[in-house]
Amino acid sequence: MASMRDIKRRKGSIQSTQQITKAMKLVSTVKLQRARANAEHSKAYFNCMYQTVNSILVRVGNLQHRYLQPASSDKKAVIVISSNRGLAGGYNSNIVKLVTRHPGWNKENVLIYAAGRKGRDAFVREGYEVRMDRSDIIKEPSYPDAMALCSELLQAFAAGEIGEIYLAYTAFRNTVSHVPTLLKLLPVEKKALPDHANKPEVLMNFEAEDEKVLEMIIPKYVASLIYGGLVEAAASENGARMQAMDSATSNAEEMISDLTLKYNRARQGSITQELTEIIAGAEAIS
Amino acid sequence: MAENSCFTLKIITPDRVFYEGEAEMVEFNTSEGEIGVLPGHLPMTVIVKPGVLTITEPEGEKQAALHAGFVEILPEQVTILAEIIEWPEEIDEARAEAARDRARERIHEHAQGTDMARAEAALLRAMARIQVLK
Repeated sequence: MASMRDIKRRKGSIQSTQQITKAMKLVSTVKLQRARANAEHSKAYFNCMYQTVNSILVRVGNLQHRYLQPASSDKKAVIVISSNRGLAGGYNSNIVKLVTRHPGWNKENVLIYAAGRKGRDAFVREGYEVRMDRSDIIKEPSYPDAMALCSELLQAFAAGEIGEIYLAYTAFRNTVSHVPTLLKLLPVEKKALPDHANKPEVLMNFEAEDEKVLEMIIPKYVASLIYGGLVEAAASENGARMQAMDSATSNAEEMISDLTLKYNRARQGSITQELTEIIAGAEAIS
Repeated sequence: MAENSCFTLKIITPDRVFYEGEAEMVEFNTSEGEIGVLPGHLPMTVIVKPGVLTITEPEGEKQAALHAGFVEILPEQVTILAEIIEWPEEIDEARAEAARDRARERIHEHAQGTDMARAEAALLRAMARIQVLK
């Protein structure tokens, strides 16, 4: 049986760990609220953008445009949004797994554009080529940052270095549910929107020619999706960390109560032993 | 008739809903020139060029500096997806003036390696800001 002093020391160290996890949970709760408000504010923009781009694509049907055609290169660029700090449960490893276990993807045909140190490190370890590291932008997602990243990707796309662009991020459903998601950004695929299907199709006119409109709108569309991914991932990261810290705190609680019981038992045992010794001693004298 | 003289105007930016309300007319710059939209307009999508956005509400006029984005026009609703848009209160006049002078100088010098399209866009943006303040 462990000595009283050992148990006491152990309990003290768990208690201080618990204080840390509790504080971290509170911090990420506050951050989550802010990030969630951000994500909700920006939602209106993306829904609108998505609908508009879709209605344009439906209309221009057979237009040949480089943003709609698969490029000649079989290289795939994947923007991986992870976090800069750990202690967020499976948040980072889930997003890495999503990419590494994707059928048909391997180290040769995937280029990583990392946003988030943890994700970048994992891909470096696995031997993937990390083309760019923009881990600085996830701390406070801003639209200009998303635009800069987008224009860099589009340049590589136009130059034929990459044939497809994907976005891997953690979608924020609600506080407890975060889903790692892979989204194809380019070439843009036409798909019928389920909630749009019943709406009578409005015939849209363009002031400029179709091609010019696409040329202008698709970069904006890609940038807005990247921004949306950043904002949602920030909310998910804090949600994941909050959950992880919450369970760490309750685990510590459990361990402390277990150790308290053991400590009390050890204390009782030592008192009983002392008493027995005293009584035995007294009897020996008399 | 009163209902038909207005349409719903929504201005959305990536991080907020900038404006939402009833308007009689909205004017702005597009890639093909300046346009004014009244209720009952033909469905159309246009691309924004930096300029002044004027919203005519039943109660009066409002102005803002609109820099980039695109506009979806429907007969009863106009949605402006703006990447950058500012109310006059949010503009720093001194900064805008400095930016205008800098851009002018760059265009004037026309030095090698200057991105002319970018300098011109910067000039247009600065001019729009200054115009809104006046």
